[in-house]
Amino acid sequence: MAEPFLSIQHVRKSFGATTVVEDFNLDVAPGEFVSFLGPSGCGKTTVLRMVAGFEEPSAGKIVVAGKDITRLKPNQRNVGMVFQAYALFPNLTVAQNIGFGLKVAGMAKAAIDSRVAEMLDIIKLPQMADRYPYQLSGGQQQRIALARAIAPKPKLLLLDEPLSALDAKVRVSLREEIRSIQKKLGITTIFVTHDQEEALSISDRIAVMYGGKAEQVGTPFEIYNRPATKFVANFVGTLNVLEGTVTDAAAGKVRVNAQEVALQGKLNGSKSGDTLSLALRPEAISLGWQPGHDTSLSGEIAEVHFLGSVIRVRVGIGGNTVSLDTFNNSTAPPPVVGEKADISFSSGDMLVLH
Amino acid sequence: MKSGRFWAWVVFALGAAYFFIPLIATVEFSMRMRRGAYSFDAYQIVLGDERFQATFMYSVVAAIFTIILGVLIVVPAAYWIRLRLPQIRPVVEFITLLPLVIPAIVIVFGYIRMYGSNSPLPFLASDTGTNALLVIGYATLALPYMYRAVDTGLRTIDVRTLTEAAQILGAGWGTIITRVILPNVLIAVLSGAFLTFAIVIGEFTMASLLNRPAFGPYLQNIGANRAYEPAALAIIAFAITWGCMSLIQILSRFAPKSANRPN
Ligand SMILES: Nc1ncnc2c1ncn2[C@@H]1O[C@H](COP(=O)(O)OP(=O)(O)OP(=O)(O)O)[C@@H](O)[C@H]1O
Ligand SMILES: [Mg+2]
Repeated sequence: MAEPFLSIQHVRKSFGATTVVEDFNLDVAPGEFVSFLGPSGCGKTTVLRMVAGFEEPSAGKIVVAGKDITRLKPNQRNVGMVFQAYALFPNLTVAQNIGFGLKVAGMAKAAIDSRVAEMLDIIKLPQMADRYPYQLSGGQQQRIALARAIAPKPKLLLLDEPLSALDAKVRVSLREEIRSIQKKLGITTIFVTHDQEEALSISDRIAVMYGGKAEQVGTPFEIYNRPATKFVANFVGTLNVLEGTVTDAAAGKVRVNAQEVALQGKLNGSKSGDTLSLALRPEAISLGWQPGHDTSLSGEIAEVHFLGSVIRVRVGIGGNTVSLDTFNNSTAPPPVVGEKADISFSSGDMLVLH
Repeated sequence: MKSGRFWAWVVFALGAAYFFIPLIATVEFSMRMRRGAYSFDAYQIVLGDERFQATFMYSVVAAIFTIILGVLIVVPAAYWIRLRLPQIRPVVEFITLLPLVIPAIVIVFGYIRMYGSNSPLPFLASDTGTNALLVIGYATLALPYMYRAVDTGLRTIDVRTLTEAAQILGAGWGTIITRVILPNVLIAVLSGAFLTFAIVIGEFTMASLLNRPAFGPYLQNIGANRAYEPAALAIIAFAITWGCMSLIQILSRFAPKSANRPN
């Protein structure tokens, strides 16, 4: 990254004796859309609130466009924020809500009016200017809240689970809309969510958080296919985890249930006899041999679930169980529980979890 | 079902009679000043009395200052407690209830001892000072009502998130209180204000002991020396109080609807 627009450096936050954010680091490029993804209570909101200025970091600093803003008050940061609870001002109309930041900044009335009209166009609610918040649906309120946040042309847009109070359909359409507006305006954005599909579908990069730390920061593709830690692998998508024992670290050889697997690359930092967790996505595994696969393991069918077009099969390999999906085939009967079966995969798809 | 309804009406009628009969009797009595015919003579005398006008105006002005003082103290305090110090709310609620428990006469004797002309804060040395002390005392008496009204108003909005939404849009404390918080609790503030008004207009103890020309002592004085005029005065005072209450009702229709909480 050439010059990060937002740089969160070694930030820590404690409330009394409990530390909720620990050594958090993140650089965000100009115009980038980064999601914070993690389970409830992992500190996503707390980091976001420190960027907004509502909480002061116990240590570390936050730099925006080369300027240290760690101690700046929220109203001096020129940051836009969208809250989970919409937080529109109930006593003001839609137009007055959107114009609030502009009025506070002392903009002339004519300029405010034209900017508000422009914003209403962007969020595709041009007829709503004179309504009050209570006259709007949740999805409309949240779009107004977005317009209000971006009207003063903030340098940074922060969204804290903006979609979680909405129903599933609105959620999907609004997230696409947020993303397209964000791209059009080129505004650097942080989006907090605990919904992995949401994060995977709209982000340039995702920071997966756990216990107050960024476990991994990467593109959705990297996060899904190359999870760096056990937590990330488990949290994002479904994952099969196998226990293995290192037999030859330099050659990347591991034994799983008395069967040898050659991994791609060396196992740095491990020595023979160490146990390792190996992970495979269900879609990387097939039942029986398949072209392109270079590794197989034999086991026994443990469970078969016929789901219609898909059959979900669980195969026991020693103490491990591996889950995989096969497509229904009208000419071949599904596997039977207790049968011996081989699974195959490409060794490049096998991940070593640390 | 039918009989339940019947008894409900009986109870209602009894309650209404308990309330209205003395009222009607007072109205009737107040109009009997002229022998043998109903008239508004008593009202004419009362309203024409210079002292009525003077003391009533005095109390109205005192009420207005009391309301201003009360709003200036209570709105920021209740707001700050909801925003930053929710843990001290029970303590504050207790303190605001004290004026209901401690008789006004105790408070005013305390004032007289504390702020006499020889004290470091000689409020009682001048007329203006005494007036100010009276307003302060009234604000204390009205505190339980004002605080509760404002606090209830604040409960209907998400104080913290609205504050943060305004802050991140660049607003400072002044803007937040005047443009976001106050408009959303205005109806609550007004109902607190009218309660304050009703209390101040009829207050006797403090005004009398501080020797102020207020409406309460005047009421008492007339009541002790005349026959028909006190009844007329009572009806006038009653009408003013009711006027205040109906204004609260009317204004509450214009309360901004709260749409903060996603449901
Ligand atoms: N003001 C506070 N005082 C004490 N503890 C706090 C405070 N704010 C947050 N915490 C704690 O910090 C931890 C992280 O909270 P945070 O709100 O950042 O989580 P989150 O990742 O946003 O979770 P969610 O997905 O549920 O919103 C939680 O354990 C919470 O209890
Ligand atoms: Mg949160």
